[in-house]
Amino acid sequence: MAGRGPAPYALILAYAAIVSALLLLNPTTGLGADMLVVLFLLLMFVIYRAPTILAFKLTLGTILLAVVMPVFGVLNPFYIDVVTKAGMFAALALGLNVVVGFAGLLDLGYVAFFAVGAYLWGIFSTPQISNIVPGVGPLDGSWFWLFLAIGLAVGAFFGVLLGLPVLRLRGDYLAIVTLGLGEVIRVLATNLDRPINITNGAQGIKDVGRPPLFVEPVFQALGINISRVQEYQLYFYFLVLLVLALTVFVVHRLNDSRIGRAWTAIREDETAAIAMGIPLVRMKLLAFAVGASFAGTMGVIFSALQTFINPPTFDLLRSIGILSMVILGGMGSIPGTMLGAVIVTLLDLQLLPRIASELAALQRRGVPIPSWFDPAQYQRLLFGLMLIIMMIFRPEGLLPEDRRRQELHHDEPEPAPESKTVAQVAESAQSAEG
Amino acid sequence: MAVEATTGAELVLTRRSFRSFMSEVFGPLLQVLLFVVGSAVVLGGIVILLALALRGARTDIDLLQGTITILPQVIVDGLVRGFLYATIALGYTMVYGVLEFINFAHGEIFMVGAFVGAFFSAALASSGMLTTLSPILFVIAAVLLGMAVSGLLAMSIERVAYRPLRNAPRLVPLISAIGVSLVLQDVMRMIAVNTGLGFNAQFRTPDLGQPLVLAQMPIADERTIPVSIDSRSLIFIVVAIVMLIGLNYLVNITKLGKAIRAVAQDRSAASLMGIDVNRVIAITFLIGGALGGAAGILFGMRVSAINPYVGFLPGLKAFTAAVLGGIGNITGAMVGGIVLGFLEAFVASYLSLFTRGQFSGASYADIVAFSILILILIFRPSGLLGEVVTQKV
Repeated sequence: MAGRGPAPYALILAYAAIVSALLLLNPTTGLGADMLVVLFLLLMFVIYRAPTILAFKLTLGTILLAVVMPVFGVLNPFYIDVVTKAGMFAALALGLNVVVGFAGLLDLGYVAFFAVGAYLWGIFSTPQISNIVPGVGPLDGSWFWLFLAIGLAVGAFFGVLLGLPVLRLRGDYLAIVTLGLGEVIRVLATNLDRPINITNGAQGIKDVGRPPLFVEPVFQALGINISRVQEYQLYFYFLVLLVLALTVFVVHRLNDSRIGRAWTAIREDETAAIAMGIPLVRMKLLAFAVGASFAGTMGVIFSALQTFINPPTFDLLRSIGILSMVILGGMGSIPGTMLGAVIVTLLDLQLLPRIASELAALQRRGVPIPSWFDPAQYQRLLFGLMLIIMMIFRPEGLLPEDRRRQELHHDEPEPAPESKTVAQVAESAQSAEG
Repeated sequence: MAVEATTGAELVLTRRSFRSFMSEVFGPLLQVLLFVVGSAVVLGGIVILLALALRGARTDIDLLQGTITILPQVIVDGLVRGFLYATIALGYTMVYGVLEFINFAHGEIFMVGAFVGAFFSAALASSGMLTTLSPILFVIAAVLLGMAVSGLLAMSIERVAYRPLRNAPRLVPLISAIGVSLVLQDVMRMIAVNTGLGFNAQFRTPDLGQPLVLAQMPIADERTIPVSIDSRSLIFIVVAIVMLIGLNYLVNITKLGKAIRAVAQDRSAASLMGIDVNRVIAITFLIGGALGGAAGILFGMRVSAINPYVGFLPGLKAFTAAVLGGIGNITGAMVGGIVLGFLEAFVASYLSLFTRGQFSGASYADIVAFSILILILIFRPSGLLGEVVTQKV
C-alpha cells in the first residue's frame, strides 16, 4: 500500500489542516460545528485507510487526537464530552465484538457487566459501603486506579459466573438467556436496597468519587487557567483515549493469536472445532470473560465520569445500542466496530438532538412540521431500523472482516455487479489501483 | 392407507372416528388440566408446609391462616398468568416449529393487540356506544379485531424482515427480529401519543359484571371471607380455553394443520409433496400473531392501562414457557405457560409474606422466571414434554 508518491500525504495533510483550523476558529455549538466534528472523526477514518506509511498515520493521528481535540475541547466543552462518550462506547463495543464478532456468541445482556463495574466503584467510593461493611467509610478517589484493575477482574469473574451455565446452549437460546440475565442484574440493582441497602434501589447512587486531579499543578505551572470541570473533562478524555488504545491493542493481538483462531473456528463450525481438539467451553468462557472484563473497567470509568448511576442506565436498550454499533460496523472487524460506535454515539447524542432543535426552530418560523416529530425521542426506531436494514442488505457491516464477508455471501449464485454498495465499489477500485 | 392416497384428504376427514377426533382436539387440554391441578396442589402444599415450618418465627400474625386465606386468589392469579403465557408461547413455539427461529418481535405483536383493543374501546367511547353495548358482544368484537390486526401484522413482518433472510446464518434473522421489536415499540408509541390515546393508554370496557363468588371460606373468629373470581379473569380463562381448542382442531384435524406439521417436520420434503412452504409459513405467522393479539386484548382488558413497552416482559416469559414445555411442541407451550404462571403467582404473593416484606415478591418473580429458564436449559433442554410427545409444530 505504501509508497504511492507524495499525493496522498499532501491531500491528507491539507484535509487535516483545514478541518483543524476550522474547528479551532469556530468554537460555537451549532450545526456548523457538528458537521466539523463529524468531518474531524471522518478524518481519523481517512487516515486509517490512507495509502501512506504507518509512522505518518500514527504521528498525524496522535497530533490530532492529543493536541487539536483537547484544545477544541477547552474552547467548547460540549463536544469533548460527546467525543469522550464515543471513545467509551467504542471500547465497550470492542469488548462485545470479542463475544459476538470473534466467538459468534450473541450476548444481549452485555450491559450487565458494565453495570457491575459501575456499581462496584459507585458503592466503594460513596457512603453506600458503610451499609455493607459497617465501620468502613467511602474510599478516597486515589483508589480509582486500582479499581480499574479490580473492575477488570470482577467483570471477568461475572463473565465466567454467568457464562458457565449458559455457554453449552445453542446460539439463539444463548441470546435469550443473556437477555434474561441482563434483566436480572437490572432488577437486582433496583431491588437490593432491602434488606441491606447495597445499591440504593431506584434512586441510584449519586456523588460517585472521582480520581484526584494530578494534572492541576502542571497546568498551573504552564500558565493555563481552566476551570475544574474542564480539567476533569480533559482528564477523562485522555483516560478514555488511553484505555481505548490499550483495548484496540489487546483485542487485535488476541484476534491474531492461537485463541483468536480458536474463536474463529468455533464461530464457523462448532462441531468441526471440537473435532480439531479445541476446548469448546473453555474458549467460549474466555471470550465471555474478556468481553465482560472490558465492560467492567469501562463501567468503573463511566460511574466516575457521570458521578451518578441508577438502574435505568443499564437497560436492554443500552445493550442493543452497543450491539447495533458492532453490527453496523461489521461483526469481527476492529476498525468497523469503532466506526460503528462513533456513528451511533454521534447520532444518538449529537445529531438527533441537533436535528430536533433545528426542526423546532423551523417550526417556530412557520414551516409546517408536525409538532410530535421529535427525532431525539425515537432512538428505538433508529436502532431497530438500523438492525433490520443492515441484516437485509449488508449483514457483514460497513467495514467487514474478510472472512465474514465470504461467509455471508457464499450461497449467492453470482454476485451481480450492480448490487455492490458504494463502499464495496470504492474498495475494489482502491485495490485495483494498488 | 391406499384409500387415503387415492381418494384425497377430504375423505380421510369424514372417516375419522369420533373418538380420535375427541382425543386429538381435547386430549392436549386434558393434559393442560392435569398440570393446572398438579401445579396448584404441589405449590399449595409447599406454601402450607413452609407456613407450618415458619409459624414460630412470626408472632405478629398467624402465618398459616394468612397463607390459606390468600391461597384461592393466588391460584386464580396463577391460572390467568398461566393462560396469558400459554397463548403468547403458542406463537413462539409454532414459528419455532416451522422455521427453527425465535421470533423476538412476538412480544410486540402482543402489545399491538392490546393497543388495538384500547383504540377500539376509545372509538366506542367517543361515539357513546361503550356503555350501551352488551359486554359479551364487546369482548367478542375486540378479540376478533385484535386477532385480525396482530395476525396480519405478524404475517407482513415475516414477509418484509424474515423471508429475505431465510437462508442466512442463524443469528441474522434473530438480530432482524430484535430490530423489528424496537421499531414496533416506537411506532406504536408515536401513534398512541399523537392520537390522543396517550403513552399510558386507558383500556375502557363496558361494565363486565361483579366478581363471581365461588364459596365462603371461614376464618378464625366466626367470620367468613368470599372466595371470588373477578369477571375479567374469568373472561380471560374462558376465551383462552376456547382458542386452545380451536388451535388443536386446526393443527390436528384440518388439511392446513397437516401441511403445517409437514413443513415443521421437513421443509424440503414438504415442498416436494406439493405443499406451498412459503404460504404455510405465512399462515403459521398469521395464526401465532392472532393468538398473541387475542392475548394482548385480554391482557389489556384485565390490567386496564397499557403502554407501548408492556410486550417485552410477557414476551420474554412466554418464551421461557415455550422452552419449559419443549419448544416446537404445542401442548408443551400450553403446559409450560401454566407451570410458569403458577410458579410466578406463588412467588409474587408469598415471598414478601414469608420474608416480612424484606423482598418484594413482584420483582423477584421475574428473577424466578429467568432462573427457571436457565435451569431448564441446563438440565432438560428438551423441556417438560420434549420427549413424551413427538408431535412438532
